[in-house]
Amino acid sequence: MSELAAHGAHPPGFAHQFETVAQQREAGQLGMWVFLVTEILFFGGMFTSYTIYRALHYESFVTGSHLLEVRFGATNTYVLICSSLTMALAIRCAQTGKRKGQIIFWLILTMIFGALFLGLKLRFEWYRDYVDGIVPGVSWAYTGAHAPGVKMFMCFYFFMTGLHALHMVVGLGILTTLVIMTARNRFSPEYYAPLEISGLYWHFVDIVWIFLFALLYLIGGRYPGS
Amino acid sequence: MSTAIADLHEPPAESGVNYLNANYGIKSWLLTLDHKRIALLYLGSITIMFIVGGVAAVLMRLHLVEPQGALFEPETYNKLFSTHGIIMVFFFLVPSIPATLGNFLIPLMIGARDVAFPKLNLLSWYVFITGACFALYATLSGGVDTGWTFYPPYSSLYSHTNVVAVALGVFIAGFSSILTGLNFIVTIHKMRAPGMTWFRLPLFIWAMYATSLIFVLGTPVIAITVFLLGLERILHVGIFDPSVGGDPLLFQHLFWFYSHPAVYIMILPGMGVVSELVTAFSRKKIFGYSFVAFSSLSIAVISFVVWGHHMFVTGQSIYAGLVFSVLSFLVAIPSAVKVFNWTATLYKGSISYEAPMLYALGFIGLFTIGGLTGLFLASLATDVHLNGTYFIVAHFHYVMVGGAVMAFMGGIHFWWPKITGRLYPDYWARIAAAIVFVGFNLTFFPQFILGYAGMPRRYAIYPAEFQVLNVMSSAGASILGVGYLIPLIYLTWSMRYGKPAGRNPWGAKGLEWTTLSPPPTENFEEIPIVTEDAYEYLVAGGPRV
Amino acid sequence: MMGFLQFGLNSLAAMEIPMQPPVASSIAEGVDQLYLLLTGITLFFSVLIFSIIFYFMIKYRRRSETEVPPEVHSSLFLELAWTIIPSLICVVLFVWSSSLYIRNARPPASSTEIFVIGKQWMWHLQHPEGPREINELHVPIGVPVKLTMTSQDVIHDFYIPAFRIKKDVLPGRYSSIWFQPTQTGTFHIFCAQYCGTNHSQMIGWVYVMTPTDYAAWLAGGEKTESMAQQGERLYSQFGCGTCHSAESGGRAPSLVGLYGKPEKTQSGETRVVDEALIRQAILVPNSVRIGNYEPIMPTYQGQIDEEQMLQLIAYVKSLGSAERTNGQ
Repeated sequence: MSELAAHGAHPPGFAHQFETVAQQREAGQLGMWVFLVTEILFFGGMFTSYTIYRALHYESFVTGSHLLEVRFGATNTYVLICSSLTMALAIRCAQTGKRKGQIIFWLILTMIFGALFLGLKLRFEWYRDYVDGIVPGVSWAYTGAHAPGVKMFMCFYFFMTGLHALHMVVGLGILTTLVIMTARNRFSPEYYAPLEISGLYWHFVDIVWIFLFALLYLIGGRYPGS
Repeated sequence: MSTAIADLHEPPAESGVNYLNANYGIKSWLLTLDHKRIALLYLGSITIMFIVGGVAAVLMRLHLVEPQGALFEPETYNKLFSTHGIIMVFFFLVPSIPATLGNFLIPLMIGARDVAFPKLNLLSWYVFITGACFALYATLSGGVDTGWTFYPPYSSLYSHTNVVAVALGVFIAGFSSILTGLNFIVTIHKMRAPGMTWFRLPLFIWAMYATSLIFVLGTPVIAITVFLLGLERILHVGIFDPSVGGDPLLFQHLFWFYSHPAVYIMILPGMGVVSELVTAFSRKKIFGYSFVAFSSLSIAVISFVVWGHHMFVTGQSIYAGLVFSVLSFLVAIPSAVKVFNWTATLYKGSISYEAPMLYALGFIGLFTIGGLTGLFLASLATDVHLNGTYFIVAHFHYVMVGGAVMAFMGGIHFWWPKITGRLYPDYWARIAAAIVFVGFNLTFFPQFILGYAGMPRRYAIYPAEFQVLNVMSSAGASILGVGYLIPLIYLTWSMRYGKPAGRNPWGAKGLEWTTLSPPPTENFEEIPIVTEDAYEYLVAGGPRV
Repeated sequence: MMGFLQFGLNSLAAMEIPMQPPVASSIAEGVDQLYLLLTGITLFFSVLIFSIIFYFMIKYRRRSETEVPPEVHSSLFLELAWTIIPSLICVVLFVWSSSLYIRNARPPASSTEIFVIGKQWMWHLQHPEGPREINELHVPIGVPVKLTMTSQDVIHDFYIPAFRIKKDVLPGRYSSIWFQPTQTGTFHIFCAQYCGTNHSQMIGWVYVMTPTDYAAWLAGGEKTESMAQQGERLYSQFGCGTCHSAESGGRAPSLVGLYGKPEKTQSGETRVVDEALIRQAILVPNSVRIGNYEPIMPTYQGQIDEEQMLQLIAYVKSLGSAERTNGQ
């Protein structure tokens, strides 16, 4: 324990195993990047399976895709892009030493966008899918063309968007923590690493959604003639 | 480093606070953030898993002394080999060296006070325990009969056993690996002591770095694969079910995309340990440092593109077969380079034969055989005949038990004085090492012959002409079992009654030997400054302390 | 316990240890030669490494606690040597094994075709002439045989060690292997892919017979229709002829001479009409429509089992194929 004292006055949030603040910040950033690589492979397994089956059952996947509401998918894409902007602005405020009220404002706005995304998804997509009977294993009443393939498509749809939504929920948890930390004056222009690495995570989740939107909602020429 | 040399001559029984006696009580262990204590938590848990998997193995071998099966119904036998495989692969071999020795040694070897993210480290242990509980629950609630490979559609549609619990266990334990790998990568990149450049790192660190890369890149894929399998089983959605357009071979591709690199997760750390042992007990600098280091990395990279050799007889195209075959031959080269370099390290050394060195030499020999028999399976024409037979079982165990477990035992014996601060009786340790070596060969060498003679694996009942070889194998297994029990006894004994070890009982190089045994909570009194390469035995082959 | 110990000792004394399966097919010898080469390489390098280690262990054992060994510098020459030499050996092995594999992969055009269905836990086989067998396969010596295999449930694997052949048998698709027996006798058939509780009892025997014995065996069994005839009966039973016959007015493609022909499907790709395509066309007709026909064919999913499917395929093949004519 005597070593701790030897490090002298360090900013709050400094962990004993590090020698310098810079080392801690770099370690945090590298850690988040490595984590994101893991995440890419995690979603990668699903994207690979999706690609293979889409090649095998292309028409079924197109039919399945047309069951989705592209309006809400598009709106949600827009909402998430906005949330990325507000997240970036929150980090910018911390970096330039703005008042903590401003940081909290942008963070909460990010959270509102995130919650809006989840709300739209739940109320206007998943709930309606449930009512319409196109949720495999839970409520399945689809009898149209390509039934087995459409079921498979809907499985991928729910796995992938479900996994993505889970990441959003985790993201909202992280944002809540950040708001509390900001309110307790834990950040300064010298130390805002948690904000920065959480930002990386948030942007990653957004990017995944953009891929999901394109791959799930936009396949097979939805508007013939246009 | 320079500061430490004077300390070498301090009296062996150093009093003072170390990580073991810094505080007491169950809470101080369960909530510890100290990488050394977490390593011991892991050591305890994987030992339990090893015993569970080992008991299953012994029962299997007992059953197989008679062609009609001596003890169990086929269904029970199937559950035994599945339990053995699942527990040993996912809950013993994968975490064995990384989570115990890796956790304990990485910060000590690179001159850091802890890993980069201690809380994540503790979390990874809890995640592991959660996964292990699911696996044990599945075993106790009737067992699982899918084999450790979980091939659908058997596992997804036909098996009546608790596949979901095991799949969940493997899924959860996967995240423990990911967190460990992430932690190690960041630690090795960012936490090295001043002067500890990449090419001064001990080779164990290089091996752990390569292993961590596979953890981070491979594990998420198996996680998502068993997740899909579980969902398929619960919801019957048809991702792997051919009757609704799914493809059971996709599972095999995804499974082996992880599980082939996973065998390198198990062997690479062993190679790292052996590099440390061979240099320490021959007091020599490693021969060809950079070749050994980069062979670890190239194994990690190539291991991701050879998975198709598990599927030569599934009906994949000839061209795919050719590509996977040539890549599989390629992965043999860096392994060969390592073996030759270890052997050359012995040249003109000052070799002594304490127990860890016996394990290391056993590793080199058995891994050589294990590696070379891999060529039979990389080559297409012979693989067609050998795939799915006991040849596979023998090859796999030569690499995993003869390789990974031998290295694990050697490593535990080598660093035991550092971990506990006590010496074990070397006489018994040498006897145990010899028994393990003999028992191992008697168990698994006959299986090579069985395999070529055509006996398929996973058979509860087998044609009578294979009995002699099976009885030999079973006899070997009981010897092997005794060989593993002896260390369990004397190591436990030594924790209380062993002689104090001193800082550096082997006269070995490396930062971990410069600090106290057991090390203090913060590892070093003062963060060392490194001024020399790894394994500089020429400079100070100092006497033991 | 004593009983099998005694048995073990007796057998050891008599050296009744099987070192390799019988050499009973045209490819077995080539595989054995490669195996011998690989064993030789393994022995050579293992003995090399073991003896060097033993030699060093004795020669360079530690003689005093304070001895400092001399410095030995790494040698680029050695590193390159033990990188390049194993690489060259691997190249040789790769070329040898792959050329052998490719040679063994394609069945000769003159092969007779036998159909295999794997199900938990038995092998069901049918000869083109009609006779069915369970867990047994009778074949004449010297005649190449092609097995077309599928599974009714999980993945199995058809393995005859004496022939050195093995192939996974998958549900929902056809895989094939071939062999040409070179020795009469009785040899094991194993399932080599774990398939559930009685996996180890999913075994059987292949009987390789002289041509006269085989003819007698064929004649001795119950008189049955050939597979193509059985397929033809199914063809009329399911009313396939309503659309597929020449008189139906072109509502669907004629099946005469269709097998083995490359055809353009409606999704634009060209596919050869093989077992897999016929199967798909019957079970999921709209996924592979060839030519410009209306999508009027109903699915037969659940109405035709694997055995009937193989008989229908045999019938389609008997209507003439682009490769060869039926009835050799």
